[in-house]
Amino acid sequence: MSKSAVDQVTQQNNQQAQRKAAMAVLAHAEAGEIAARLRNLALPAHQDMREPESGLVMLRGRVGGDGAPFNLGEATVSRAAIRLASGEVGFGYTLGRDGEKARLIALCDALVQSRDFGASVERDVIAPLREQLMLRRKQAAEETAATKVDFYTMVRGEG
Amino acid sequence: MYVAVKGGERAIENAHRLLADTRRGDRSVAEVSLDQISEQLGLAVDRVMSEGSLYDRELAALAIKQARGDLIEAIFLVRAFRATLPRFGASEPVDTGAMRVLRRVSATFKDIPGGQILGPTFDYTHRLLDPSLAEGFVPEVPATAEASTAPTPRVTDILGRDGLIESSPQAEDGASVGDLTREPLNFPADRDLRLQNLARGDEGFLLAMGYSTQRGYGRNHPFVGEIRFGEVEVEFSAEDVGFAVPLGSIELTECQMVNQFKGSATEAPCFTRGYGLAFGQSERKTMSMALVDRALRARELGEEALAPAQDEEFVMSHSDNVQATGFVEHLKLPHYVDFQSELGLLRKLRQEFAEAFAEANAPDTMKEAAE
Repeated sequence: MSKSAVDQVTQQNNQQAQRKAAMAVLAHAEAGEIAARLRNLALPAHQDMREPESGLVMLRGRVGGDGAPFNLGEATVSRAAIRLASGEVGFGYTLGRDGEKARLIALCDALVQSRDFGASVERDVIAPLREQLMLRRKQAAEETAATKVDFYTMVRGEG
Repeated sequence: MYVAVKGGERAIENAHRLLADTRRGDRSVAEVSLDQISEQLGLAVDRVMSEGSLYDRELAALAIKQARGDLIEAIFLVRAFRATLPRFGASEPVDTGAMRVLRRVSATFKDIPGGQILGPTFDYTHRLLDPSLAEGFVPEVPATAEASTAPTPRVTDILGRDGLIESSPQAEDGASVGDLTREPLNFPADRDLRLQNLARGDEGFLLAMGYSTQRGYGRNHPFVGEIRFGEVEVEFSAEDVGFAVPLGSIELTECQMVNQFKGSATEAPCFTRGYGLAFGQSERKTMSMALVDRALRARELGEEALAPAQDEEFVMSHSDNVQATGFVEHLKLPHYVDFQSELGLLRKLRQEFAEAFAEANAPDTMKEAAE
């Protein structure tokens, strides 16, 4: 592969990692929270490429936690796709039946890929939602940590 | 002959109207909201999601409300709802080793990396009814401590490093994952199908089956290697996107049961395992599931399979409470025609009996006369 081809692959991988990281935050936010953050941006023209729809995804576990996969049970999932006027296509997938949330995630995903909006959507939407998520997780982790058992040995009798 | 009998429509309509009124109960009492059910009766929601085999808290809460708290009826409603939605595909298998642990205990090792974390548990409560909960109870703010960033590896992974426990069976290349919602059940069934069946199986049934193994019907000498409850991330390989998309997280409970060891002339002895996994915080369910999973491995492990819990056809055919309730409860629907034919047959048999009886007990003189 030529150097430019390698660069292109690296760039693509970087962008994919960035999109995935954004989705991982957005899937944990409420539709209202995402919409409120998006209002800080002057959004470019965009259209629905796939209207929001709800369906099921079969959730899988592994035998023993680390073995062969098995079907555990399904979950409701919503999905949507959005195309920006500039051509970027964004996809939104989330647990639950909130189609509007899937649409907002798709819009964010399209914006993340856009040269003009990538930086601002990260700064004004993803980063604050990520911070909020981390705070919630930290709180839960600290409450959980307080229930950790500290074993100590009782010394019996006279040594 | 099939005879359609009509005439119940108005009665049925009015019965459902009365049901709706009874469900609401005394109007001077506030109506219960789905949020209240989801937040304050969370373990009922977990059970309905597990056995309804559908992860959606809001739907499970609605089902519980509609079913007036009858959880099997709620599970039935959830199962029926899932049949109305298209399936997008299957998730990547979740990684319980990377769980954000909210509770994690081991009964086999005191000092495990990451520690024994009790979390929100009924264990060690005195099971005394608490009158202060009756109204207006305001709980204390939970205590906090500095959270550790140390990983919490599965206890079975630690045992596995020394070869003391069998490793989990791995999938063969290209092997498909069995799905009992798509193909009818055939026996013998593989472990993937058995685990799917147990994961959606009735908690009470599995509890009784697991308990029976402890009481000697298929004894397999269990220890709780680990129970963990917490959040795991779910990813879905969406074809249109081109990579595994994060969907958010779900709560799961996992139970690793460590069981009696086996060995042979060619294999060093090691502990065997049973596995349980379910939606939400479902400890009794996953422990029972792990006991039954291990019992169902009797054949594979060369054990004598004489007990009900070791009989996969028996366990898997009777674990589903929607199937079971359908077949048991259909008995109360009209069987007038079936019953009429039974009644006709019975009358005929009784008549034949009466005639034979009369003949056998007739005075001898009559018999002689006949001869």
